[in-house]
Amino acid sequence: MSIDSVPTIHEDLFGFKHNEPDKIDIHGERALAFWFYLMSDAMIFAILFANFGILVHGTAGGPDMSEILNMPRVALQTALLLLSSLTFGLVTISALSKNRNVAIIWLCVTFALGAGFLILEIGEFSEMVAEGATPQVSGFLSAFYVLVGTHGLHMVFGLGMLTVMLIQFLTKGLTLPVLSRLYRVGLFWHFLDLIWVAIFSYVYLPGALN
Amino acid sequence: MFGRLTWEAIPTYSAVALSGAAVTVLGAVAIVVILTYFKLWKWLYVNWLTTVDHKKIGVMYIILAFIMLLRGFADGIMMRAQQMMAIDGVGYLTHDHFQQVFTAHGTIMIFFVATPFFSGLANFILPQQLGSRDVAFPFMNAVSFWLTAAGAVLVLISLAIGEFSTAGWTGYPPYSGVGRSPGVGVDYWIWSLFISGWGTTLTGINFAVTITRRRAPGMTLMKMPIFVWTVLCSSIIIMFAFPALTVDLVLLMGDRLLGTHFFTAEDGGNFMNFANIFWMWGHPEVYLLVLPAFGIYSEVVATFSGKPIFGYKTMVQATVIITVVSMMVWLHHFFTMGSSATVNAIFGIATMIIGIPTGMKIFNWLFTMYRGKVRMHSTMYWAIGFMVLFMIGGATGVMHAIVPLDYNLHNTTFLVAHFHNVLIPGVLFGYIAGYQYWFPKAFGFTLDERWGKLSFWGWAIGFTLVFTPLYILGLMGLPRRTAVILDSGMAPLLYVSFIGALVVFFGIFALGMQLYVSIKNRNKLRDTTGDPWDGRTLEWSIPSPTPEFNFARVPVADELDIYANRKRNGKSLTWGELSDIEMPNDTICGFLIGAFSFLLGFGFIWWMWWMAFIGFVGIIGVIIFRSFIDHAEHEVSVDEIREALGAHPSLGEQTAGGVA
Repeated sequence: MSIDSVPTIHEDLFGFKHNEPDKIDIHGERALAFWFYLMSDAMIFAILFANFGILVHGTAGGPDMSEILNMPRVALQTALLLLSSLTFGLVTISALSKNRNVAIIWLCVTFALGAGFLILEIGEFSEMVAEGATPQVSGFLSAFYVLVGTHGLHMVFGLGMLTVMLIQFLTKGLTLPVLSRLYRVGLFWHFLDLIWVAIFSYVYLPGALN
Repeated sequence: MFGRLTWEAIPTYSAVALSGAAVTVLGAVAIVVILTYFKLWKWLYVNWLTTVDHKKIGVMYIILAFIMLLRGFADGIMMRAQQMMAIDGVGYLTHDHFQQVFTAHGTIMIFFVATPFFSGLANFILPQQLGSRDVAFPFMNAVSFWLTAAGAVLVLISLAIGEFSTAGWTGYPPYSGVGRSPGVGVDYWIWSLFISGWGTTLTGINFAVTITRRRAPGMTLMKMPIFVWTVLCSSIIIMFAFPALTVDLVLLMGDRLLGTHFFTAEDGGNFMNFANIFWMWGHPEVYLLVLPAFGIYSEVVATFSGKPIFGYKTMVQATVIITVVSMMVWLHHFFTMGSSATVNAIFGIATMIIGIPTGMKIFNWLFTMYRGKVRMHSTMYWAIGFMVLFMIGGATGVMHAIVPLDYNLHNTTFLVAHFHNVLIPGVLFGYIAGYQYWFPKAFGFTLDERWGKLSFWGWAIGFTLVFTPLYILGLMGLPRRTAVILDSGMAPLLYVSFIGALVVFFGIFALGMQLYVSIKNRNKLRDTTGDPWDGRTLEWSIPSPTPEFNFARVPVADELDIYANRKRNGKSLTWGELSDIEMPNDTICGFLIGAFSFLLGFGFIWWMWWMAFIGFVGIIGVIIFRSFIDHAEHEVSVDEIREALGAHPSLGEQTAGGVA
C-alpha cells in the first residue's frame, strides 16, 4: 500500500475528501483553523506558565505552593479529567458509527466528569479564599489563580460546547456539519486535558516536592 | 446603574479637549444626519453592515484606517505644536492632556491605522491573487472587522466621555496601575486593544487557512505572489504574537480591577514582566505590519519595471527569516532593564541579524528595476521613496542594537525618529502605494496621478522635515514625551519639525484631493480592461471592479507570474469549468458581535456591570445561534455570471489574447 492511499484519520472518520478540484473542503478548513486557534491558545497558556514561573517565589510573606496544595483533590481532578477525555473518545466513536443514543449517553458522562472537575476546582478556590489565600495576597497567588483559573474558564466554555453538541445531536442528528463540529469540540476538550497535565506537573507537583 | 459614569466625564478640564470632543460628537451626528437625509440606512445595512464579501470588508477596513489616520495625525501635529510653544513656557496643553495626546497618537496609529490598513489591503487582494472566491471564513472575517471597529469606537468615544490613558501607547505599569492611574483612561486603552486584538487574531487564522487551502490549482507555495507570502508570514506572526498582548492586557486589568499583584511594585509582583510580555507581542507586531508593505513594494516594483521580481526565492527566504527572528528580538526595547550583559548581547546580535534579510530585499528591488522598463507611476514614487528613506531608519535601528549606544539613546527623540522612520516610509508608504495600486480593482477607475505624486512629495518632504530634527535633538539629549522644553537652544529644530508636520498635512490633504478629483473624473479614468497597469498576478485577469464572486472560472496558476507570461505569449489563462457558484449569505451576526463587544468593553470601563453582562451574553448567544445554521450559502447561476461579466476573457469564452 503506498503512502498516498492511506486515508488520514481525519478523512477516514468524517468522510472528508481532499484534493477534489473545484470542491472546497470546508470542514477540513474549519478543522485546520481550529488547530491554528489552539496554537494561539497554547501561546496564551505558555505565557501564563512563564508568568507563573516568574512570580512563583513572589509570595510576599503569604502562603507558598506547598501550603495551598491538597494533593488528593488534585489527583481526583486529574483522574476525572483524563477519564473525560476517554469518554469523549467514546462519544466520537459512537457518533461515527451512527449510534446517536449511545453517543448522547457518553456525552452526558463526559459532561458530568467535566462538571465534577470544575466543582472540585471551585471547592479548592473557595477553601483557599476562606483561608485568606486570595489572589490579592501576593504575586504568586495572582499567578496561580490566573493560570489554573484560565484553564477552569476554558472548561466552562468546554461544558457550554458539550451542551450545544447535545442539543444538536437531539435536534439535527449526526449530520456532517454536526460531526465536523464534534471533531473540533473534541480537539478543544483533549487540548484542555493536555494543558491540565502541564499544570499538574508544573504547578502542583513542585509544591508536593517541597 | 451608571457605575462610575457621571457628568464629570465630560472633558471640561481644557478647552482643547472639549473642542476635540465636540468635533467627535458632531462628526457622529453629521454621519447620522447624512444617512437619514439621503435615506441611506437601508443601503448601509444591506451593502455594508451585513456584508461578508471580503472586498467590501477590505474597503471598510481601509476607510476605518483613513478616518483614524486623520485623528492620529491631529494628535501628532498637536504634539509638535505643544513642544514648539512650550520652550521655557507651558504651551497650550496641560501636562495631563499632553500625555493623553501622545498615548492616543501611538495607540491609534499602530492599532487603528496600520493594523486595519494591513487587514483591509490583504482582505481585498489576497483571495484575488490566490484565484479564490473569498477568504476561507467570510463570516469570521466580518466578525474580525466589527471587533476592530468596536475597539476604534471605544478610542474615539474616550475623547468625549471620560479621558484616554496617559501611560503612553505601551502602558507600562506601575504607572498604568490603579494606584497612579485610577481613572478610566487606562481602561479605555486596555479594552480597545483587547477587543481589536481578538479581531486581528481571527484575521490571522483566517488568512493562514485561506492561503494554505484556497490557492488556485497549480499554485504551489513557491508560485505564490510575494504579497501572499508576506501575508502568510504576517498571519503566522499574528497567531503567535497576539496571545501575548491579550494575556498582558488581561493581567493588567486584573491588577486594576481585582487588586492582584502581577505587575505591581510590591507584594511579589514584577512590573518588568509586563514590558517583556508586551514586547513579545510588540516587536513581532511591527514586522507583521512591515512585511505586507514589503510585499506591496514587490508587486509594484515588478509590475512597473515590467520584469519578474528579482530573486524570488531569496525574497521568500528573507520574509521567512524575518518572521522567525522577529520573535527573538523583543528585549531590545528595554536593554536598560538591567539584564545581564550576555542577555543584552544576544538580543543585540539578533537585532542586527534581522537587518540582513531586510537588506537583501532592498537589493532585490533595486535589481528588479535594473534594466527594467521602469514606468514612473505614482506608486513607484512611494516605492523608491521608501527605499531611500527606509535605509536611514534601518541604519539607526542597527545603531540601537548596539547596547552601550542604546543606553544613551533610550527614550530620547532619536528613538522616536527611528521608529517613525521605519513605520512611515516602511509601512505607511507601502500601504498607500497598495491603496493606489489596487484602487481600480475596488471601484473600477484609477486614481489621479498628479495628486498622487503631490501627496508623495508632501509625505516624503514633510516626514524628513519632522524627523531629521528629532534625530538631532535626540542626540542632544531631548527625552521623548516631554510636555515642556527647558533648553531654548532646541527651539529652531522644533520649529522646523512643526513646519514638517504642516507639510505632512499637505500630503494628507493631497490624498483627499486625489480621491475627490478621481471621483469627479471617474469616467475619464475608467478601467475598462481590468488590467490598467499591465499587471503580473491573477487579480488583473478579472474585470474591474471585481465581481462579487471574483473568478467566474477558477484559473490554473502553475507558474509564477502566469498572467504576465501568458500575455507576453499572446495567450489567455487556462480556466476551469463555468458552473453555478456558491457564495456565502450576508448576515448581521458579525455586526452584532462587534456591537456586543463594545457594550462589554464600555460596561467594564465604567463599571456598568449590567451592560458588560449584556455584552458578554450577547456575544456568546450570537455565536451559538450561528452554530445552528448549516447552510449559509446561496447560488450564483451561470446566467447571472454571464450578465455580470459581459465579454470579459475571464469568462473563458475567448481562446486567445488576454488583455494587453
